[in-house]
Amino acid sequence: MSQPFRTEKGGRIERAEQLTFTFDGEEMHGHKGDTLASALLANGVHLVGRSFKYHRPRGILTAGSEEPNALVGIYRNGDQTPNMRATQVELYQGLEATSQNRFPSLGFDIGAVNDRLSMFFPAGFYYKTFMWPKSFWDKVYEPVIRSAAGLGKPPKNPDHDFYGNMYAHCDVLVAGSGPAGLAAALAAAETGAKVILCDEQAEFGGSLLSEVNASVDGKSPTEWTGEAIAKLDAMDNVTLLTRTTAFGYFAHNYVALVERVTEHLSSPDPKLPRERLWQVRAKEVVIASGAIERPMVFPENDRPGILLAEAGRTYLNRYGVKVGHKVVVATACDTAWQAAFDLADHGVEVAAIVDMRETPPESLLSIAKARGIRVEAGCVVTGTLGRKRVKSALIGRLMTSGKVASGGQIDCDALLMSGGWTPTVSLYSQSRGKVVWNADMGAYVPGKSVQKERSTGGAKGLYGLQATLEDGYAAGEEAAKAAIGKSAKITHAASSGGEAGEGGTLGALPHDRNAAKVKAFVDYQNDVTAKDVKLAVREGMQSIEHIKRYTTTGMATDQGRLSNMNALQIASGALEKPVTDVGLTTFRQPYTPTTFGVFAGVARGDFFDPVRKTPSHDWVVKHGGVFEDVGQWKRTWYFPKNGEDMHAAVARECKTVRDNVGLFDASTLGKIEVVGPDAAEFLERMYTNPWKKLAPGRCRYGLLLNDAGFITDDGVIGRLAEDRFHVTTTTGGAPNVFATMEDYLQTEWPDLDVWITSTTEQYAVAAVQGPKAREVIAPFIEGIDLSNEAFPHMSVKEATFCGVPCRLFRISFTGELGFEINVSRQHGKMMWETLAKEIEKHNGTTYGTETMHVLRAEKGYIIVGQDTDGTVTPQDAGMTWAIGKKKLDFVGKRGLDRPDLVAENRKQFVGLFTKDPQVKLEEGAQVTSAENPSTGTPAEGHVTSSYFSPALGRNIALAIVKNGHALDGKTLYVPMPDGSIPVEITGPVFYDKQGARINV
Amino acid sequence: MLLVYCPHCDVERAETEFSCRGQAHIARPSDPSQTSDEDWVNYLYVRANTKGVYAERWRHIHGCGRFFNAVRDTVSDKFLKFYKAGESMPDLEALAKEAGK
Repeated sequence: MSQPFRTEKGGRIERAEQLTFTFDGEEMHGHKGDTLASALLANGVHLVGRSFKYHRPRGILTAGSEEPNALVGIYRNGDQTPNMRATQVELYQGLEATSQNRFPSLGFDIGAVNDRLSMFFPAGFYYKTFMWPKSFWDKVYEPVIRSAAGLGKPPKNPDHDFYGNMYAHCDVLVAGSGPAGLAAALAAAETGAKVILCDEQAEFGGSLLSEVNASVDGKSPTEWTGEAIAKLDAMDNVTLLTRTTAFGYFAHNYVALVERVTEHLSSPDPKLPRERLWQVRAKEVVIASGAIERPMVFPENDRPGILLAEAGRTYLNRYGVKVGHKVVVATACDTAWQAAFDLADHGVEVAAIVDMRETPPESLLSIAKARGIRVEAGCVVTGTLGRKRVKSALIGRLMTSGKVASGGQIDCDALLMSGGWTPTVSLYSQSRGKVVWNADMGAYVPGKSVQKERSTGGAKGLYGLQATLEDGYAAGEEAAKAAIGKSAKITHAASSGGEAGEGGTLGALPHDRNAAKVKAFVDYQNDVTAKDVKLAVREGMQSIEHIKRYTTTGMATDQGRLSNMNALQIASGALEKPVTDVGLTTFRQPYTPTTFGVFAGVARGDFFDPVRKTPSHDWVVKHGGVFEDVGQWKRTWYFPKNGEDMHAAVARECKTVRDNVGLFDASTLGKIEVVGPDAAEFLERMYTNPWKKLAPGRCRYGLLLNDAGFITDDGVIGRLAEDRFHVTTTTGGAPNVFATMEDYLQTEWPDLDVWITSTTEQYAVAAVQGPKAREVIAPFIEGIDLSNEAFPHMSVKEATFCGVPCRLFRISFTGELGFEINVSRQHGKMMWETLAKEIEKHNGTTYGTETMHVLRAEKGYIIVGQDTDGTVTPQDAGMTWAIGKKKLDFVGKRGLDRPDLVAENRKQFVGLFTKDPQVKLEEGAQVTSAENPSTGTPAEGHVTSSYFSPALGRNIALAIVKNGHALDGKTLYVPMPDGSIPVEITGPVFYDKQGARINV
Repeated sequence: MLLVYCPHCDVERAETEFSCRGQAHIARPSDPSQTSDEDWVNYLYVRANTKGVYAERWRHIHGCGRFFNAVRDTVSDKFLKFYKAGESMPDLEALAKEAGK
């Protein structure tokens, strides 16, 4: 159980509970309360990954969600999740982690050759290199780049976890639970406002959890935090969410949180989701996201063992881990000195404090002196040595000339650095607020609020424990007052210690090294150096937006939280412009990488999209029918018998319908009930056809256009009474037709007295088609004389089917004698089974959508959306007969007169015969006038439908072809990869041209 | 996700309950046969793409199903007014000025 870097005591880990975990297969130990990062450091492991581009050895840099280097794969249930930040992964018994972006091993990585060849990989490398020849792109460049790119490998299996979702409304949402966030939550909760407090960490408290040199109300910061949380927890109006990241701030104070529910557990309850999405609508938001420390940009600032100073302090005070035995602290500000002092107090040798400032504060110098710590003021680190772990720091003395003189070398096994603090303005920026430059702080801070939010504490650049607490209370009070109009008195906590520090630096530090040869990293995760940013400027990039894209700085998963300010300063220097003129990139959602699973939620598998089934579904399954998906519907495609393939089954079904009778489930057709005194007038205005003179009991084919004049839908409409119509639509078009009708009715013609109701799901529909259709339905229908004279083609009447009410239509989409029976959905199964049994007595068949398509194509009936494409007019389709000539107006009438719609050379609906009857055309194939058109020749049209017609014993097709109506008998071509297919233009009606078969 | 107010239901609901149907107050010409080709094309296709205050049509499609209009600032996504279909267009400039305060 050797953890050589674990302190004797202190920290918030549970020392009594030891946990075993593995990293790259090596077994190690840690404690409950550790993160993977702190446990690795306790074991002396700094090297945890290889960098993105140069494959340089990298270690843990931070202690938070901004970690750029320590990205690991976590194995669980036989699969791994890549790119997890070790600083956020909580340790549990049996945790398995692996390093990434290395081959064959972390210690020896072949890709590291990139580091030696780095002169060949400057900024903009991809733009400059992978340009030509064009043919190299898919065969050479892309595969090579793909195999080399990326950090972790994506998981191979479907995600076996599931994800939850919650909607929540609150008065005040507080994001972040450091001193400012806690105080804000306490103040807001006291008023009775509904408060949600969330924090991305496992525990509430933020910086309070690693603060040991201060007291709040006379208690230790952690004790005070515990009491504050206990108080909030006891209040009914407060919801507390740990391990919950506010990752997206959207319009109208809609904030998305992701709660990690089980990931930290060794054996989670399988009933719990891995993560839960909280969709919060907050009246007011308090952003208490704090500030993070900035790295210093000096050569070789990326070696394992180099960490941010506050991270070093957090590992010590919160996790009981020493980052090294001999530590150099490099800084430009006061706060890092505290890290040095805390380490010294735990017996760590602090080799030196290297402060850029010529005269650090006397108070700090005296404490350092008392602890016997060497101080190098007016000095910078100019480089480091040690490949897989830092082993010494090179020191340079800043001269008044601006040059740097060598100041020797200090041995160490860890180096802590601090370039000062950067407020975390991500959420504010996501809320569409514009940050403003504060020259005193050297930082961008939140400006005017665009939404109902305010930033508090470190997030707005305010430091120091007492000031932060006070600001938090004020923010909480203000938010509650704005949300619910109430205030409440609350005693503000009084603290001592934790004072704000002075100082800080931005940009690359001066050094005495060969600038062409050293790498000083600005963006660790994307391997961008100070040199790259300067090169981008030299090559003409002026705006930070261009510099960002050219170098990729700030484009890693932290969106530049660590790197932006340094990159800006370097660009500003190279451009010789003030920082404010260089611009700043915008932080966008998500704040930290968020799993796809949490976005998908339960909308996957069967729940991705609802499946709509018709009443015949179970019968079809039992009888071996094959389904096809039509939108959300499962429709029967065909019914194979005795091992038939699709071609054979469809040929048999077609022949049986034409010779005898067939049964088809037409329940998916859209149905709309149009009712009211003005129902006929309404349809008169909507459809091209005339409706007012249609007698009750009769039907008519209706054609629907949009106001541009193009066909959008069609269907048979039956008039049941003076004021009642049964409208049918295409299966896919039903929702749009209904919405369009509502739109015209509500907004154009509100004077019409009409109600429309979607009845698609209310009716089950059986189509019985074929010469024997009447005999099949006759035994079950009561109340109608079914003879041709009494109930001719295009009739509709209410009757009963097996005693249940039905609407019986005599209509045909096959060209045969046909009936469609509508019964209430609940009787659909009974109707289907009754008819399926009956047709057998008449040598009939059930048939599916493929046969339906063939039979209608033989008759030249269009399918809207297949034979039309939104640019086809009734004239184009040869359907001017459907237009009521005497009507003054209907939707689309004026559109039809537009010049382009009456022009010559429009594409028109025709039939096609292949010269060789055995050749079947591909639907969608282009039709040309030349047999072998040269490249770039526009097509004359395209094939819209193509089938083998059993009735004709040959292949037939439908197409839209330029001037097609005038080309009857002419030969055109369908060029295909295997050669051009000659076709003859014919009329679209192939079978029973006189239509005699439907009137029997 | 926007928060939308339905003036028919008198409730605020999430955007997912609604569908936005483009620019408001585009009336279908009352006598199409007397409308010029150019005017008809304007009615069909030409819409303002306003950066700023904009009146648009909404339908409470998963609620009452009814149409209404909203005035929205397309830059900030703030709604400045909701009103029922059929009511006249408010003074957009005045609304913009008021919101600017």
